[in-house]
Amino acid sequence: MPLKIKQDHSRFREIIRGRIKSNLRKYIQKGEMIGKKGKDLITIPVPSIDIPHFRYGHKDQGGVGQGDGEPGTVLAPGAVEGDGHGKAGSGEGQHALEVDLSLDELAEILGEELALPRIQNKGKKNLVTPKVKYSGVHTTGPESLRHFKRTYKQALKRSIASGTYNPVVPIVVPTREDKRYRSWRVQEMPQSNAVVIYMMDVSGSMGDEQKEIVRIESFWIDTWLRANYKGLETRYIIHDAVAREVDRETFFHTRESGGTMISSAYKLCKEMMDSDYDTGSWNIYPFHFSDGDNWSADDTRTCVNLLKTEILTKVNQFAYGQVESPYGSGQFIKDLREAFDGVENVALSEISNKDAIYNSIKDFLGKGS
Amino acid sequence: MNENRDTQLSPRLLDIKKEIEGYARGFGLEFYETIFEVLGYDEINMVAAYGGFPNRYPHWRFGMEYEQLSKGYEYGLSKIYEMVINNNPSYAYLLESNMDVDQKLVMAHVFGHVDFFKNNFSFRHTNRKMMDEMANHATRVRRIIDKVGLEPVETFVDRSLSLENLIDQHSPHIKRRGEKNDDEDKPIEVRGFKADREYMQGFINPREFLDEQRKKLEEERAAKKKFPERPQRDVLLFILENAPLERWEGEILSLMREEAYYFAPQGQTKIMNEGWASFWHSKIMTEKALKDSEIIDYADHHSGTMGTRPGAINPYKLGIELWRHIEERWNKGRFGKEWDECDDLRARRAWDKKLGLGRQKIFEVRKHYNDITFIDEFLTAEFAVEQKLFVYGFNEKGNRWEILDREFQKVKRKLLQQLTNFGQPIIEVVDGNFENRGELLLAHRHDGVDLRIDYAKDTLVNLQAMWRRPVAIVTRVDGKGILMRFDGRDHADRKVDY
Repeated sequence: MPLKIKQDHSRFREIIRGRIKSNLRKYIQKGEMIGKKGKDLITIPVPSIDIPHFRYGHKDQGGVGQGDGEPGTVLAPGAVEGDGHGKAGSGEGQHALEVDLSLDELAEILGEELALPRIQNKGKKNLVTPKVKYSGVHTTGPESLRHFKRTYKQALKRSIASGTYNPVVPIVVPTREDKRYRSWRVQEMPQSNAVVIYMMDVSGSMGDEQKEIVRIESFWIDTWLRANYKGLETRYIIHDAVAREVDRETFFHTRESGGTMISSAYKLCKEMMDSDYDTGSWNIYPFHFSDGDNWSADDTRTCVNLLKTEILTKVNQFAYGQVESPYGSGQFIKDLREAFDGVENVALSEISNKDAIYNSIKDFLGKGS
Repeated sequence: MNENRDTQLSPRLLDIKKEIEGYARGFGLEFYETIFEVLGYDEINMVAAYGGFPNRYPHWRFGMEYEQLSKGYEYGLSKIYEMVINNNPSYAYLLESNMDVDQKLVMAHVFGHVDFFKNNFSFRHTNRKMMDEMANHATRVRRIIDKVGLEPVETFVDRSLSLENLIDQHSPHIKRRGEKNDDEDKPIEVRGFKADREYMQGFINPREFLDEQRKKLEEERAAKKKFPERPQRDVLLFILENAPLERWEGEILSLMREEAYYFAPQGQTKIMNEGWASFWHSKIMTEKALKDSEIIDYADHHSGTMGTRPGAINPYKLGIELWRHIEERWNKGRFGKEWDECDDLRARRAWDKKLGLGRQKIFEVRKHYNDITFIDEFLTAEFAVEQKLFVYGFNEKGNRWEILDREFQKVKRKLLQQLTNFGQPIIEVVDGNFENRGELLLAHRHDGVDLRIDYAKDTLVNLQAMWRRPVAIVTRVDGKGILMRFDGRDHADRKVDY
């Protein structure tokens, strides 16, 4: 028997997808897409709709917490609940969706959530390398793979249950039945290489908020591509009127004030591909982010030409993301759209704010090329 | 007790229930008959999304809760352990796939909750047949949907939800309004002091005095004409009685208000209630019910529930520790004048009068307190240090949350502030005929923290849709009085003295 609540649930999904009740759209909260930092702690996006109430602006509110630390100690991101209002339900378990997830698992969830197709590799298609992955626990195995914690827990359980455990002399001796071993599975991974070339406009009109969007978006792109390719390389190019290659840190923190010549970045990208990445064995993904304000129509023509003749023939997919900023005119995406209408391996996306990242990732990766 | 109603429990679980129930009664807990039902994870998620009830009216927000719960379960992030409804008989749910030791723990915990529901004063006015009532509500709303359609009903429910927190938490216990008396039309009759002799009248009740009395009475009567007479916290009730609602709208608003009042005491006693249930599951499990082989799994799960994060108070943890603290204090006689006046740290630490009053005291406390009075009376400086409590706040410069202070007084004040009115701003109706134009004026009793402005404006929009005439609220932003008004089309702010 289907559950009664399925009706409510599908109604909720429809609202989230924007099909009905558009007046509620602005209350949809995607959940922070990335609560990362630290080891592998990831906040998973579960959309929710927050009906407006009279309530306190939570930033000046603060609260009471429990734990170690001197005054001034910073609380980890995600440690403070988004809003302070208590839920009037009967006692149920907490459901703050925060957990240790490996990036592989995260990519899997992401793929499921966004219905992303697995990526078709090019390059050495037939070359498959076996990869060993530890995925479970067995009762037999070689001593070198003994799972100490699980073995200990098992032994402790047994000794307490059988009454041989002595809290004063807490010696626990595992027997053969207690022992637990890591077990593995061999997975066949297609051997292929991929490189992501990130390009970003750092001209004066790209503010911190725009960069934050690029940072979050690139994190998810990395995560997804990494799950599909072994040995993903990333390269970073920033440009205003001239382009240069930088490291990751600089990429996200540079702010220039010059004008914008997008062609400079595309030229550098092309040179990079020619010198380092043989198209036969590399899967190449250039991503370009800008606010869409190019210097001149001339330069835009140069860009289109470069893309047509040089770049698109070599890459799996070229992606352009236009981040909305209060200054940019946003013309560039229109020009690209005109020039590449219907071209398979060009993905264009407009990202108006943080909430739009979700859909934008789908634009970029949903094609599966 | 009727055995047949436990049909859902397997014979083994039934045995476990009997055993645990026996221990619970042995410790002096006193609860309604409790019916356990065994559900699969999907069903338990549904019931949890419905707030513990198997049947609610259709609304997308239950679907939202359900999605969060089931995603949490599927990704292995969270699992519902226990759920219990304040009802007579009480209903509680067990997750089918749990181990026996978990089921024992849940049952012990549940008996703690039901004892609390039955005995704590906050629940005295709650409907103990809420299970039926909720099902009735569901039927009524479904009938209305059949008549007017899903879309308008849902929109109205959304609006009502936006105002759901505007109730008067304490009203079930107090009679706020006197009986209506109909002497409004009678002329004002000033009675002075009684003068036995006619000629004394002028001395005992001189003219000025009589005039003064007349003025007072007139003022009183004018106040009565004010609408409402004095500020009214139960905004929902005010709308219900005075807004031009359709019949079906009134029906929905009134049942949602009833549900809000039903859930309110659970919010007012979260720390006590969870702490009480945890205190007893711990006692029952470790002293009576646990088998040797179950200890590790029990410890694992118990500690999971008690875990703390720096940025939030875990009511289970804070509650259980406070109950234990109280029991210990009254066992050792650490209370009263002598104890309060003792400054010698060493003497305080060694203090033990061997009174053994602890058990008696906690049963008394569970009857007469709610979270606010509980914290106010029993959270001591020693306890705050022991539990490493602190106050945190937002550092605008660094754009991050930081620990601010560990001083006991500040911690306690902040904690109490968070608990007052559920940590929600206090809003009252002050004028239902504002500026003599039938507009509705609310006031926010500002207590140092500003309202969230964008949310306040959107809430005004929802309020206006019910009141039909313009609505406004006075509050303070950055230390200045402000009146925000929405007239059905535009928002307007103006400065006021407030």
